[in-house]
Amino acid sequence: MTTCFHCGDPCLDKEIKSGENIFCCHGCKTVYEILHENDLGYYYDLEKNPGISPEEIEGKFDFLDNQDISKKLLEFNDGKTAVISFSIPSIHCSSCIWILENLHKINPAIKSAQVNFPKKTARITFTTTSSAEQKELSLKNLVLLLSKIGYEPYISLEDADKEDKRKDHSLIYKVTIAGFAFGNIMFLSLPEYFSTVDFSLDQFKPFFRWIMFGFSLPVVFYSGRGYFTSAYKGIKSGILNIDIPLALGIAALFIRSTVDIIFDFGTGYFDSLAGLVFFLLLGKFFQQKTYSYLSFERDYKSYFPLGVTRITKNKSGEITEEQIEVNKVEKGDRLLIKNNEIIPVDAILLKGNALIDYSFVTGEAEPIPKTSGDSLYAGGKQQAGIIEIEVLKPVASSYLTQLWSNDVFHDKRESLFQNLTNKISKNFTIGILSISLISTLIWLWLDPSKAFFVFTAILIVACPCAIALAAPFTLGNTLRIFGRKKLYLKEATVIEKMAQVDTVVFDKTGTLTTSQKNKVEYEGIELNQAEQNLLTGTLRASNHPLSRALYKILHQHNSIRFLDDFEEKVGKGMTASYQGNTIKVGSFSFVNSGKSIENNSTKTQDNFQNKTSVHISFNDKYKGCYVFQSEYRPGISEVFEDLSNRKKLIVLSGDNEGEKEVLTKMLPKNTALHFNQKPDDKLNFIKNLQEKGKNVMMIGDGLNDAGALKQSDVGLVVSENTNVFTPACDGILDAKEFYQIPSFLNFSKKSIQVIKWAFLLSLLYNIIGLGFAVTGHLRPVVAAILMPLSSISIVVYTTLSIQLKSKKTFSNTK
Amino acid sequence: MSIIYVLLSLSLGVALIFFVAFIISVKKGQFDDTYTPSVRMLFEDELVKEEPSSSQESEKTKNKSE
Repeated sequence: MTTCFHCGDPCLDKEIKSGENIFCCHGCKTVYEILHENDLGYYYDLEKNPGISPEEIEGKFDFLDNQDISKKLLEFNDGKTAVISFSIPSIHCSSCIWILENLHKINPAIKSAQVNFPKKTARITFTTTSSAEQKELSLKNLVLLLSKIGYEPYISLEDADKEDKRKDHSLIYKVTIAGFAFGNIMFLSLPEYFSTVDFSLDQFKPFFRWIMFGFSLPVVFYSGRGYFTSAYKGIKSGILNIDIPLALGIAALFIRSTVDIIFDFGTGYFDSLAGLVFFLLLGKFFQQKTYSYLSFERDYKSYFPLGVTRITKNKSGEITEEQIEVNKVEKGDRLLIKNNEIIPVDAILLKGNALIDYSFVTGEAEPIPKTSGDSLYAGGKQQAGIIEIEVLKPVASSYLTQLWSNDVFHDKRESLFQNLTNKISKNFTIGILSISLISTLIWLWLDPSKAFFVFTAILIVACPCAIALAAPFTLGNTLRIFGRKKLYLKEATVIEKMAQVDTVVFDKTGTLTTSQKNKVEYEGIELNQAEQNLLTGTLRASNHPLSRALYKILHQHNSIRFLDDFEEKVGKGMTASYQGNTIKVGSFSFVNSGKSIENNSTKTQDNFQNKTSVHISFNDKYKGCYVFQSEYRPGISEVFEDLSNRKKLIVLSGDNEGEKEVLTKMLPKNTALHFNQKPDDKLNFIKNLQEKGKNVMMIGDGLNDAGALKQSDVGLVVSENTNVFTPACDGILDAKEFYQIPSFLNFSKKSIQVIKWAFLLSLLYNIIGLGFAVTGHLRPVVAAILMPLSSISIVVYTTLSIQLKSKKTFSNTK
Repeated sequence: MSIIYVLLSLSLGVALIFFVAFIISVKKGQFDDTYTPSVRMLFEDELVKEEPSSSQESEKTKNKSE
């Protein structure tokens, strides 16, 4: 099959040609022609089939004409020139970078554009007021231009507000300063290390020592500051966290070394001090792997449009349309919802045919037809022309958004979770403090002059540098391995929570089932070849998602008839004729309109109540229907089988019980199935489980799972396309890797084991060090060797063992 | 041996210059995006339309865009 020159999709329809090149749709062809006209053909030389098929966008961005909205979006605007940053999810290859940075060739009003590929953003500078040499461009037209070539920006107020926060560089500064000081102090300590060899260097010792002191100041008071504040917070809230012994160690190192050089007792431990802080910060830096182009914090606001069209009648009865901000919509307002716009409020349909796609909300891809007088819920996407609605409830109190008034979305629950490191450090801190006190008391009795040195030496050597490094490096590595296997976690602590999970809750629609429809079954009177060909031709002419899906399946077996006559009734069905034969395709009521229903079809009607189906009649005679089977992801039986041995499994579905039979057959017997669960039912269900002491992992996909995802200990979102927006969660899993879920859970457990072994190893180092310290033999050189050695060996051990274990775990599956 | 003082201050000075240069580059956002510039530098240079270029590369691009 030929593939599209622009986007690489297979060309299903009759080939659309422009020059020598073939395209899958007119959208792709248009993009090609725009680029071609502007001498941007290089786009296709960089990568093969780089393009994205543009979506229908007419009227979608009208709200950008509203001054208030555009003001909030623009980063900079002086009346002549404006700067804006767009998030463009479809950026995916080097061609994308090139075309976006060459936008000025298409429209000279665009001055410059800069793409940030990892973040998938483009920052565009453009002229807003025309002058002699410059053309003008409005924000709306800029967005339309981008959308026209397939790079539709994703615009939400929430994101616009977020941009104000400058990227935090402080960790980079801290690491650099510590590293810089560490290197220089080591360099200056050299004469001390070899002091027995060359006496000529002795005269520089005091001078060198004071320079080292100077270097250590920013290390302690800037780079290491975080440890002191965190230790202070820990003590204040009564938690003995890992930062307390660390802060003690840093303080002991600094005070002891300063005392040493003031009274000329020795060199001090400045090298160990800088090394310690450097390694600790390096660990922090390593753990901080973020997938900046994915967003884990989205709520309903990100899904809703910024502005809507309001229809107002003035006194003389004239009807005017205006763009208003979505949160200024009030009860009773009349709104105009255009094709592909999302309905932001609960409302009543007044005019027009509605075909609402609730896939954002439920994960179900099939649109639902509505007629005037029906009520519409917020979050649906209109798919069939313009409709007029009357607002019942404003945005903040609609059925869907009420979920967000639940407490889970406001509380910060971080303090509830105690990670492994802090659990261990409690006993560790108590142990270290008692050892140092006891040995200080003993030395006070033996030799009071040495007591201070022993006390500080113990605090120095006991500083749990290696322990503090074990978790960041293990978890950081695990995070990266998960990322390679297409599970993107929000932060490293999620791994520790995953290891503790004992109950896994699945959503059904969109999570266990795929959103693609490619499995159909025909029920009714068999169609002959001529009828099938006519049906295929009719389906081809329609843009309804079900028609497209059915066409994709049928067109391989049938040849296409070109129709004499075709008519589509939005939300109902279509009528077509060919050589005197008429066909009706669509909903049951449409196909059978005005006809008495035959005996056997009443039975059928009961059957397909819970199913998605397309009905067909020939020359007004009912034939039968194609029923779409919701298709389950491959490997879900295995996933459930695998998990059921060790964990409690539950399926929560917002749907009716139509699929109950199939599910019970497919899943292990001890899986609990719950149907008809509303969004807040799901949330409360999880809450109940947690109150019974369970650690719950929720796997879902749509906005209706948002509450449950937030409430659960670990909320994972399954997504067919990671560019598409997902509700707030702890991690995003590529749907193709669904079968790997047991491996992911297994591996998180193994990571925790690695951390535990690393703890043992570092305790061993501490005991050796304590041996030196308690007996009063901790020379600076010993400390300078022992500390980096322990840190580096822990880093090497955790990295290697995680890599090895990942190979084992992930090679077993598949 | 007092030359050590001179050498030491020189070496520290050089180290400090690099350190400050690094801090400035972080501040200017050079570390915000470490990927895109590496791709950007590989793009072909723009062809000047008015003067026909004789190099093979430009011929190829021209043919494609026709």
